[in-house]
Amino acid sequence: MSLSVKHGVAIVVAGEAGQGIQTIESILTMVLKRSGYHVFATKEYMSRIRGGSNSTLIRVGHERTPAHVDRIDVLVPLDDNALEHLASRISRETMIIGERENLQTLHDLLDIPFSGLAEKAGGKIYANTVAIAALLGILEGELNLLEEYLSDRFEKKGKSIVKGNLEAARLGFQAGRELRSSGKTSFDLKKNPETANDILISGGAAVALGAISGGCNFISSYPMSPGTAVLNFMAHHDSQFGIVVEQAEDEIAAVNMALGAWYAGARAMVTTSGGGFALMEEGVSLAGITESPLVVHVGQRPGPATGMATRTEQGDLDLVLHSGHGEFPRIVYAPGSVEEAFQLTRRAFNEADRYQVPVFVLTDQYFIDSYCSVPALDTGTADIEDHTVRTLADYKRYAFTEEGISPRGIPGFGEGLVCVNSHEHTEEGHITEKIQMRNRMMEKRMGKLDPIVRDSVPPTLIGPEKYRVLVICWGSNYHIVAEAVSLLGKDDIAVLHFSQVFPLPPETNELLERAESTIVVENNYTGQFARLLKAYAGLDTGHSIRQYNGRPFCFEALAKKILRLARKGDRK
Amino acid sequence: MKESRFDIESAEISWCPGCGNFFILEALKGTFEILRLDPVELVIVSGIGQAGKTPHYLKCNMFNGLHGRSLPLATAVKAANPRQTVIAQGGDGDMYGEGGNHLLHAIRRNPDITVIVHNNMVYGLTKGQASPTSARGFTTGLQVHGVASEPFNPLAMAISLNASFVARTFAGDREGTSRVLAAAIRHRGFALVDILQPCVTFNKVNTYQWFKDRIQPIPHFHDPSDRIKALELAFMTETLPVGVLFVNEDKLTFEEFLPVYDSSDEPLYNRGVNRVELQKVIDLLR
Ligand SMILES: Cc1ncc(C[n+]2csc(CCOP(=O)(O)OP(=O)(O)O)c2C)c(N)n1
Ligand code: SF4
Repeated sequence: MSLSVKHGVAIVVAGEAGQGIQTIESILTMVLKRSGYHVFATKEYMSRIRGGSNSTLIRVGHERTPAHVDRIDVLVPLDDNALEHLASRISRETMIIGERENLQTLHDLLDIPFSGLAEKAGGKIYANTVAIAALLGILEGELNLLEEYLSDRFEKKGKSIVKGNLEAARLGFQAGRELRSSGKTSFDLKKNPETANDILISGGAAVALGAISGGCNFISSYPMSPGTAVLNFMAHHDSQFGIVVEQAEDEIAAVNMALGAWYAGARAMVTTSGGGFALMEEGVSLAGITESPLVVHVGQRPGPATGMATRTEQGDLDLVLHSGHGEFPRIVYAPGSVEEAFQLTRRAFNEADRYQVPVFVLTDQYFIDSYCSVPALDTGTADIEDHTVRTLADYKRYAFTEEGISPRGIPGFGEGLVCVNSHEHTEEGHITEKIQMRNRMMEKRMGKLDPIVRDSVPPTLIGPEKYRVLVICWGSNYHIVAEAVSLLGKDDIAVLHFSQVFPLPPETNELLERAESTIVVENNYTGQFARLLKAYAGLDTGHSIRQYNGRPFCFEALAKKILRLARKGDRK
Repeated sequence: MKESRFDIESAEISWCPGCGNFFILEALKGTFEILRLDPVELVIVSGIGQAGKTPHYLKCNMFNGLHGRSLPLATAVKAANPRQTVIAQGGDGDMYGEGGNHLLHAIRRNPDITVIVHNNMVYGLTKGQASPTSARGFTTGLQVHGVASEPFNPLAMAISLNASFVARTFAGDREGTSRVLAAAIRHRGFALVDILQPCVTFNKVNTYQWFKDRIQPIPHFHDPSDRIKALELAFMTETLPVGVLFVNEDKLTFEEFLPVYDSSDEPLYNRGVNRVELQKVIDLLR
């Protein structure tokens, strides 16, 4: 079990918040992609605006490897603290590149005077450009693509800034090339010209674009990391797509606004994290009885309460699953890739509209903040499914129908009146406490679960059809688990990833029963998904691997654990 | 009672005989007639409480939501379809207690909605606890030693936040209430109408007579654009001025500020997704 060139080069840039790590990340990944490499980037950061110690991991290679890894091949520390911060991940093989001036304590440093070269180019502000270009030189990226990118990006700032950046790029690139030709660094990376046409997209942008593609034209939320990324994205495109974007006074207002918007015919979404979602619960319950569509994006982060604001966890599955008082159906998606985030968020709007239930898109900080190169998204000719009706004068919002779903009207569209109610109600939407009506309304609402199950997104099986061990995961762990298992290279271990976690897709039982033993991998303490499988599929899931330290799994370490449990065999 | 297009056959009204809410219901119908509204273009959003039941007794579009939450709902309904006339309705507990934070921010946001508060200075539906507007010392089955808190002054609060329309009426004065409500609904922007409403069952202090002894029409010469004078009226406690206290015509409404309506007030349900633009955004990621 060792890493080959297949796993690419793992570069980490680390330093204080405010030192420009994100700029380095965004420019370098784009130029590397355009140069013909697949890239993946993920950051980890502290909950502070300046100072501290943050880092970004960039994986570069000729294969798609969009998963977090602990290993560091090339480290670019911008200060001494970065070394201490990453100590556990630095090995003897780690190549450290930086400027001697800032890293006095280090012995085997590959010294590139970023600031010195920047001064030559016109000022210290170009130091990050030097660093980017140096890395590009080491990895045999294309200088002209960097030049093009810099010219575009800094055009608005004026000619002298562009000129300085270009000169800094030239000097940095040269320094990188020299390191390479001196034999101190050599990575045999093959290029794949097709990546030039790929897009570079973050999990957050994928959710937002999926929403827009699904017809979202209203978003109300209250800022909370990491949910805010989606809100920001939508805000930047409000005029372009005709989206009402509102920062509500709190999450309670946000979710009620979304319900009001759906009622009036918009397609609305809220985006938040577990802490904010906790406040939205009464609104979810209101969606339940009013049979209002609702799309909720929850970007999980570690709790309880404020927990770790900028870290990751899969700790809110139970919250989402059980949110709201009373009983009513819901759908919960947990995308595993950016493509899925796009497709499932788009689907969420159609499903919410079709079944008139809340639909959740459950992601996490790791997923939202990571990004990678993927072939262009399929924006689809698949049109928005509009399930609303033009009302007639005798319209009843909660009419009993054969299919079990009451046609949904919009006030002002047609001659009818649309009356919705948080109380148990009659077909007309007026309060009732009659036993028979309560029973029928409950049965109508709960009855939607059957068609929802039939309409499920099936889990993805990766690996051999005939497996002895099944490694089960959900949400953002898709690529990490897949890469871990592929690293093992065993022909009797397969991965089963769920991107619809509730209701469970109908094929679940059969797929799980075929395995001699199962291992459920999730980022929480209590094994929420394993419990869900047990509660809803009656399956005794055997082994589990859980991590709740606020960090994503690292696939190498995960592979070792999977191997150990796989050898143990049977599920008790 | 005159027949109205807003009468609803099936309504079985569950208010106590003699309740002030009946007058408000009649005043509302009168107002809608004055404004020649069509039930189809009217949305009444309410919370929970006796007052919150009002839209059930009217023929119109209705969203009877949760306790205290009618304002975010109403704001969004208007923002998703500016062509609708949107009213939010509730009691003093609903609007000033559970929904207090939303009221503050709805005033700041200034959506073009009318907010009608049935202010009976008590919780009716939950059987007589104090409300935010109950007087100090008011005793109830729960406030056994009398209310300790300062009563909430909705008018002074709204005026100090520069609300765009602030008025008070008395439920017993049906005509006056109708007139003010009509002005409030016509007003472009957030309009707060606090209606003094006797609760004959749980409030034995603030009775019809008690209100009649204290209300005083706002003098004709009052200039509603004068914020300081309006505040002075709002601070009066010996007498209770009724009528329009404050109007600020100059504020942009929430919907007017949204870029979505820059060129058209087409409701959101009539708009599609611009796939060409979507492709452009995706192409920029290359
Ligand atoms: C979240 C929530 N908390 C409490 C209640 C119980 N509740 C129903 S009505 C009400 C107060 C009603 O008082 P008010 O708004 O003054 O209306 P009134 O009945 O006097 O017209 C309360 C506390 C509820 N329905 N929901
Ligand atoms: S309890 Fe009071 S407010 Fe409620 S209906 Fe009876 S009189 Fe009216």
